[in-house]
Amino acid sequence: MKKTLLVLGAALLASSTLVSVASSAELTVMSWGGAYGEAQNAGHVKPWAAKTGNAAKMVDSDDPAGPIKAQVEAGNVTVDVASLEYAAVIRLCDEGVLEKIDPATIPAGSDGTPAADDFLPGAVTACGISTDVWANVFGYDTTKLTGTVPTTAADFYDTTKFPGKRGLRKGAKGNLEFALMADGVAPADVYALLSTPEGVDRAFKKMDTIKKDVVWWEAGAQPPQLLADGEVVMTTAYNGRLFNAAINEGKPFQIVWDGQTYENEVYAIPKGAPNMEWAKDFIMYATSTEGLRAQAQNISYGPSRKSSMKEKIMFKDGKTEMAPHLPTAPENLKNALLTDSQFWADRDAELNERFNAWLSAN
Amino acid sequence: MSHPAALQTSDGRPLKVALAHAQRRAKWRAFLLVLPLLAFVILSFIVPIGQMLQRSAYNELFSRNAPTLAQWFEEHPQGAEIDESAYAALVTDLVGMQKAQTAGEAGLRVNFSFPGTISLFKIGAREASKMQAPFKEKMVALNPLWGDARLWASLRSASSPWTADFYIAASDMKRTADGGVERVAPEQRIYIYLFIKTFILSAVITGICLLLAFPIAHLLATLPTAKSNLLMILVLLPFWSSLLVRTTAWIALLQQQGVINDGLVAAGVIADESRVPMIYNQTGTIVVMTHILLPFMVLPLYSVMRGIKPSYARAARSLGATSWTTFRRIYLPQTLPGVVAGSLLVFILAVGYYITPALVGGADGQLISNLISFHMSKSNWSMAAALAAMLLVVVLGLYWLYDRLVGIDQMKLG
Repeated sequence: MKKTLLVLGAALLASSTLVSVASSAELTVMSWGGAYGEAQNAGHVKPWAAKTGNAAKMVDSDDPAGPIKAQVEAGNVTVDVASLEYAAVIRLCDEGVLEKIDPATIPAGSDGTPAADDFLPGAVTACGISTDVWANVFGYDTTKLTGTVPTTAADFYDTTKFPGKRGLRKGAKGNLEFALMADGVAPADVYALLSTPEGVDRAFKKMDTIKKDVVWWEAGAQPPQLLADGEVVMTTAYNGRLFNAAINEGKPFQIVWDGQTYENEVYAIPKGAPNMEWAKDFIMYATSTEGLRAQAQNISYGPSRKSSMKEKIMFKDGKTEMAPHLPTAPENLKNALLTDSQFWADRDAELNERFNAWLSAN
Repeated sequence: MSHPAALQTSDGRPLKVALAHAQRRAKWRAFLLVLPLLAFVILSFIVPIGQMLQRSAYNELFSRNAPTLAQWFEEHPQGAEIDESAYAALVTDLVGMQKAQTAGEAGLRVNFSFPGTISLFKIGAREASKMQAPFKEKMVALNPLWGDARLWASLRSASSPWTADFYIAASDMKRTADGGVERVAPEQRIYIYLFIKTFILSAVITGICLLLAFPIAHLLATLPTAKSNLLMILVLLPFWSSLLVRTTAWIALLQQQGVINDGLVAAGVIADESRVPMIYNQTGTIVVMTHILLPFMVLPLYSVMRGIKPSYARAARSLGATSWTTFRRIYLPQTLPGVVAGSLLVFILAVGYYITPALVGGADGQLISNLISFHMSKSNWSMAAALAAMLLVVVLGLYWLYDRLVGIDQMKLG
């Protein structure tokens, strides 16, 4: 009996050390899955592994911020690099969950521009570096909406002109700004207005007008599906997901660039990452001029370095030029709003609580 | 077991002692055999629940970064004037936070009960190191919020790591400036409403499951083995397939452009423009959760019904009872252990479900578990823990009530 236990214990011990050895010799990157995860895998993870000869893998999550925090709190970190929303990076950095990144170690652009000038404003934070700029746009199916088509945020909210269901992301962020812009507020005034109780009331009142027509989505892969099924006539979505459905899968979807919010997506390292040096090397590689270009060849999110845009970026199909599909393209930015992540770091809890209560009230 | 020589009393040891000694070894061995399970239950069940309960009332994000302020609050009880000495303590702590880069962390804790304080603390910490006494006017000039009595009430309650703040918030209440509590504005109230809704929906789902499962289980228990095995596979197949797959399959069936609506339109029952919304609302949640939880009702019912001898019912009939009386007075009471077990199982599982309501619940089909997961994803673990603890207490309370009314010894799982 004792012997069996001993053998069993030894076997367990051996296998667990084996597992930990195996996992520590592999860089783990956590991202959002779907078309986006694939783009980061093809543009960053695989090329990095090929270049350095180290093993690397990609794991998926609905929102990596949750698992990262849980792993750091539990002291059992298995992820080396995580792709996070800008506001989540600010919050997790404040909480001490993320490793600080020394801005001096970021390489210059391929054209020699120092990193500080090469990156778009706000793309480098204390705890992470931007991997792209994405937007929360809305789109429709061109085979279902013919004749007059929606061209503005106000059209999205106009159920008399365009009857039918709408898809919106379940959450306050993005929706409140979108509602105000649909109500005629200029992008520049949105956050000043949202900082007042009247502004918040106005946004919720605007959302009231379409509340009964809304299908709420949570995962990024849902809105293209809702559009394809004909469940909604228009839906907000991450612009890359609609692009992927339209260009890569040939769906008749059209994006409307009006009243959208856009922001940086950030690579960060959780405290206690098993392969710290690799993780730093990976981030520097992925956010280099070439790394950012490589991701943009796979999905329509804008590179956050100016030097990445110097040459034409072609989609992986070889015939689609990316520039007009990017949230950073000047013609797409005419009536757009950069998400104020500090505002959301401060007000996220309060406004989402209000949003949840609004959602459940009939 | 023991060495045979030890059983002999000739060496002066009474037989009883020797026997007890031998039995103690057997007991130890039995205990060692159970030990892995015990360790597993403690590590994976009791410790996490304990941690959760602790987290719901313990949060040191602010208190560990504001020792001076904590001391000031200790020396000046509730109601004391927030004077220059309080601001001096605040500035001392802010300078410390700036050095340790923890202003955001401290602000985050206060932010849970007083929105907007993360940037307030970050900017405050940055400016505080440049300040000279007197501090009060300068802090208030920096941001009028620093003079807000409600903020100071929040600081006071955050300055002690043990706090009821999260339970207060989870009861749709907030702290007032004088340290009391009041209900939040009507448009912010949600938790109590969702708790009640969760329990009502779970009860409805349990009831529907019972109505559907009872005839199925009866059929399974009375059919010849070959046929009932086939039927059993039909019950078990969905049970074995992934939860997400089943939920998504229901979306394809129930959505407005889905199979059922298409069929109804094709059959001319409804017009194309008046398709029935059956998903992304409460109906969707009830339908899908009933389907997913049905096997948990069928299986205990089936195992109990298998054990009921048909001779009892035959005896009742031969004594002149109608088939209804036979069912009501003979059959039904014997199935009670299965009914109790199945209902309890389905109800408790339904109360904690969150993936299905999140996917098919839409606006009015979300349950309290969705908000727990929401707070987990937003880093407010203490709030999630407080909500989970309240859920745990209510479920245990219902379990106790159930035990008093029905008797848990009535329960039989198989």
